[in-house]
Amino acid sequence: MKSEVNEQALLKGLAENDTKAIEVIYKENFSIIQSYIINNNGSYDDARDIFQEAIIALYEKVQSSSFVLTCKINTYVYSVCKRLWLKRLQQIGKYSNQIEGFEETIPVEEDVDDYEKKNADFTMMEKALHSIGEPCKSLLEGFYIKQMGMQELAKQFGYTNADNAKTQKYKCLMRLKKIFFIQYNKID
Amino acid sequence: MDEIILIQTIERYLEGKMTPQEKVFFEEQRKNFPEIDQKVVEHTMFLHQIEDFAANQRLKHNLHNIHNQLLNQGIITEGGNLTPKTKVVHLWNKYRKVTAIAAVVGGAIALMISGLVAFFAPANKQAIQELGQEVEKLKQGQRYQGNKINEVVSKIPKDAEVRGGGTGFLIDTKGYIITNAHILKGASSANVYNAGKEFKTKILFVDAERDLAVLKIDDKDYTPMKSLPYGVSKQGSNLGEEVFTLGYPKNEIVYNMGYLSAKTGYSGDTLTCQIQMSANPGNSGGPLLNNKGEVIGVISTRERQAEGVTFAITGKYIYKLVSDLKKANQEHQNIKVSNHSSIKGMDRVNQIKEIEDCVFLIKAYN
Repeated sequence: MKSEVNEQALLKGLAENDTKAIEVIYKENFSIIQSYIINNNGSYDDARDIFQEAIIALYEKVQSSSFVLTCKINTYVYSVCKRLWLKRLQQIGKYSNQIEGFEETIPVEEDVDDYEKKNADFTMMEKALHSIGEPCKSLLEGFYIKQMGMQELAKQFGYTNADNAKTQKYKCLMRLKKIFFIQYNKID
Repeated sequence: MDEIILIQTIERYLEGKMTPQEKVFFEEQRKNFPEIDQKVVEHTMFLHQIEDFAANQRLKHNLHNIHNQLLNQGIITEGGNLTPKTKVVHLWNKYRKVTAIAAVVGGAIALMISGLVAFFAPANKQAIQELGQEVEKLKQGQRYQGNKINEVVSKIPKDAEVRGGGTGFLIDTKGYIITNAHILKGASSANVYNAGKEFKTKILFVDAERDLAVLKIDDKDYTPMKSLPYGVSKQGSNLGEEVFTLGYPKNEIVYNMGYLSAKTGYSGDTLTCQIQMSANPGNSGGPLLNNKGEVIGVISTRERQAEGVTFAITGKYIYKLVSDLKKANQEHQNIKVSNHSSIKGMDRVNQIKEIEDCVFLIKAYN
């Protein structure tokens, strides 16, 4: 019972991007995933990337209100890593049926698909953000990613006051939106 | 401007910041004008997208830091332990067979004078310790021996000025610093400086052929930072790409920028690339970074004839250097070079703020 409570607390922490919680998940799972990836044609960098992607997939999953995790975190992370790595191997044509040294896993195909779809959206946003140029890019990143206040942003970027910075932010946001939707609608 | 007012209004509506009257009026407008309704729906969706994206970026950033921290604490490793042992032994034997110019030079004997190659010894730890010198200097070029020896000597200009120092930068928070080999020419020890602090270092590894060297801060006053802001890029760079460096042409850190002007260096040398940037001798050994804040090379100023032309040793040789160091010295297996940069999206001023703590003035002593 106690471990179940713990798992719930960890998931809650992960949902809030809490460093302590993520550290615990990292410590418990990373090395196993790493040896799995390395024993199956991967590098240290691959291991890190795949593991972090699995954590991000779990993070996305816990964000949704309908979220239920029907297995332990460990099992879920293994399963997603395995699925992601198989896909990656297939893409680079190194696919082998024989994936070694891995425990029973649960079906996560749908979750991985969801994750990849989201990831594609993020990539699109990142590209759009890169194409709007400076100082727009840094201004929007400061506001949305670093969650800085308008006052602080005005000071850093040298606007005379917060209102001017805010107007500039809206102008930038509109440019970003336009570029983002052009790409977004192309795909649908 | 109308568009901005509309968006501001929509955001106030979504955030519930409208007065009741405003809200009634706005909802009325939404009902009556499908264009406005469409705008609200569109903007709501877009805000979701950008907020999810921002959360994703924060999570990635956090994961990157946690990874590096756990690596530093030794809780996770990226060392060679997982590679099957037999393979390592096999590789070692292979290299040992061709260890022709593993030269060990101790003490105050100049490292790169042409007589250097007279000293040959297997490049292992024991041999170095037997020399009983306080400063261990290890020259190892196992993979590039034989015909390359002449190059080792000739690549260093005969009329090179004797420099008191140069620049170096951290590649691992544990205190591993990369710099140019020629800065350490003839030196038996080197100290590094940053923000008024001085640290003693050990010269761990010198690769004169590639003009790279590794120092390790060996000083009880040194407290490692959590993680490095930059990573070292494994990919090549593009012509025209904007690049910048931080270094110590004087006793104070100096910023410089330019662009990548050729993918090869002096006389088509593929080890280096050419940059259009005015760098001074003291910039030698400094990091060359791209807009994303990734290290793509090590500044190595050599060409004195052409104004504003600088050369840099490409980043992939940093990885080679580190793997050579690991092969040569078992003590440094846990050295880890990241290829991930956490300052990717920042503007230049903030990137510099993050980077400057990791760039050191190096002074070499006899």
